[in-house]
Amino acid sequence: MSEREQQPQGPDEGAPANPAPRPASTGASAATGAEAPLVELSDVSKYYGNVKALEGVSLEVRAGEISCVLGDNGAGKSTLIKIISGLHQHDAGTFRIDVQTARLGSPREALDRGIATVYQDLAVVPLMPVWRNFFLGSEPTKGRGPLRRLDTATMRETTRTELRRMGIDLRDVDQPIGTISGGERQCVAIARAVYFGAKVLVLDEPTAALGVKQSGVVLKYVAAARDAGLGVVLITHNPHHAYLVGDRFVLLKRGAMAGSHAKAEITLDELTRQMAGGSELEELSHELARASTPTPRPGRPTAE
Amino acid sequence: MSGSLARPTTPADPPEQDERLLHRSTLRRLLGRPELGAVVGAVAVFVFFSVVADSFLQLSSLSTVLYASSTIGIMAVPVALLMIGGEFDLSTGVAVTTSALVSSMFSYQMTANVWVGVGVSLLTSLAIGFFNGVVLVRMGLPSFIITLATFLMLTGMNLGFTKLISGKVSTKTIGDMEGFESARKVFASQHTIGDVNIKVTIVWWLALVALATWILLRTRAGNWVFAAGGNAHAARAVGVPVARTKIALYMGTGFGAWMLGQHLLFSFDTVQSGEGVGNELLYIIAAVIGGCLMTGGYGSAIGAAVGALIFGMTNKGIVYAQWDADWFKYFLGAMLLLATLLNAWVRKRAEASK
Ligand SMILES: Nc1ncnc2c1ncn2[C@@H]1O[C@H](COP(=O)(O)OP(=O)(O)OP(=O)(O)O)[C@@H](O)[C@H]1O
Ligand SMILES: [Mg+2]
Repeated sequence: MSEREQQPQGPDEGAPANPAPRPASTGASAATGAEAPLVELSDVSKYYGNVKALEGVSLEVRAGEISCVLGDNGAGKSTLIKIISGLHQHDAGTFRIDVQTARLGSPREALDRGIATVYQDLAVVPLMPVWRNFFLGSEPTKGRGPLRRLDTATMRETTRTELRRMGIDLRDVDQPIGTISGGERQCVAIARAVYFGAKVLVLDEPTAALGVKQSGVVLKYVAAARDAGLGVVLITHNPHHAYLVGDRFVLLKRGAMAGSHAKAEITLDELTRQMAGGSELEELSHELARASTPTPRPGRPTAE
Repeated sequence: MSGSLARPTTPADPPEQDERLLHRSTLRRLLGRPELGAVVGAVAVFVFFSVVADSFLQLSSLSTVLYASSTIGIMAVPVALLMIGGEFDLSTGVAVTTSALVSSMFSYQMTANVWVGVGVSLLTSLAIGFFNGVVLVRMGLPSFIITLATFLMLTGMNLGFTKLISGKVSTKTIGDMEGFESARKVFASQHTIGDVNIKVTIVWWLALVALATWILLRTRAGNWVFAAGGNAHAARAVGVPVARTKIALYMGTGFGAWMLGQHLLFSFDTVQSGEGVGNELLYIIAAVIGGCLMTGGYGSAIGAAVGALIFGMTNKGIVYAQWDADWFKYFLGAMLLLATLLNAWVRKRAEASK
């Protein structure tokens, strides 16, 4: 087990508990335009046996920016981030981390290179206390030899302060993480990634199961992470969420790129239209209009 | 979205009531302990037999009860750890016999010092655990199937090899061999403190409980055990070596089997090759009574020890009450059911009281 030195690299200015529209002055984010991307995928393809899950997809992630990946179910969004987070390897194209070509063998390798992933449903161990979850896999220890033990006081205290810093005030960090709300759980996972000095934060549909208010809370923490200088990959179904925080948008359709835009180049309406399939949506609206009088499904006996 | 970042759950208490919060969470923490149900059950069983069996409260009875508990408890502890790590081991009962057989027969056949047999037996027991763990991790089959296979193979090998080597179903006595006395001191001695006989297995048992509790609650490895059982995918994704943790847990049950096997060997000189079948369930029952969740991720070593204690009290209490020993199984079943229901209820309450 690689003993990562516990060198907390929290956001230097402290992520504002209430991140306002991004301060353009936050060093990292302002100057990034010219800097090389933290992570860059170009023309990446991935096959599951004979299933083409991804074909020629490109994406770049820069410090202090949020890159959104949008697409329908099965479009390949999760596959894309699994390559970045080390769960899968790509079959073609190039994957660069800090300009060097890379191929990650395990999530641990990705973590060691500063890429932290928050998975929608497998982010936490529900029955374990919040503080144990926060440090899982990177637990700080004290003492030597057989007396080497978890530094539980620090773990509890750090969890509490880090969460408070992100604006989550848990009553009790000892409660099983399964008992806190879905939004809070996402936030704990994000706070963990930020605390452990991730340079790139990957989020797979963090708002999918959340209500409007909770989604807003999560999006604020995503923005806080960006303002702390992280590069963020945000996967979502929801163009409204994406447009709120995103700097660039990659649209996937059936494993292929259907578009890639910077925020300045596209409006929310256009993004929504493209995501819904553009002309397909217009067709659908016609169909729906026509189908307002329900026609019985062929081949199935109708009731009565 | 307004600026309020307050907890989305209704903040019922204003911040200045911290004292009350602290108080409540202490209570909840107590309720949330996995061993609570087992402790309540143990007290109930103790009171029950104290009333119905006059001799139950005598010191000598106490040491008999503790001894019976320790022979289950030594295995129940590593089995509980394994269960917290999300896996089962059905081969533990016969693995104990295998450990004793290997030790005895190796010493006898090689006419070496018994300590050599003890060492070889340790390696064999750890290897069996390693085998179970590696097959599990590599194949991804349920541990139920894999360890059932190991159980059957070990049962057959225990009988087969013993017959092949000594011509009988039991091993030859090794009581006159070199090192026997010192080995007996380590694995099967007893010490008299006042009027009470304390068997050394009780010491081993308590030491194992302490060690296991330390590992579970105070080390990184313990954190990984909970995580591996609670959600292996999540654990792997944050860099926990899940496969290695599970293999180590199986080797832990191997270690327990070795210890108990050596105790049996050095208490009786000889080993019956057909013994141990069915005991694996007793270990699992002790762990479950002690609050280990069948699905993994939750439980404690202390709970498993209390489960073993309930087992010992019931086993011997029935004898002291001069009932038919057949009632033991009935009691065990009833205990299992009650403890599981109580545990489920307690846990639900603990988790619901946000
Ligand atoms: N392990 C796998 N083996 C075979 N096919 C797979 C595997 N994982 C994903 N696929 C296929 O690859 C395609 C892309 O899947 P992916 O999970 O990346 O979609 P997604 O965009 O994340 O969808 P969703 O919005 O539903 O999460 C799908 O057609 C899916 O069936
Ligand atoms: Mg997905």
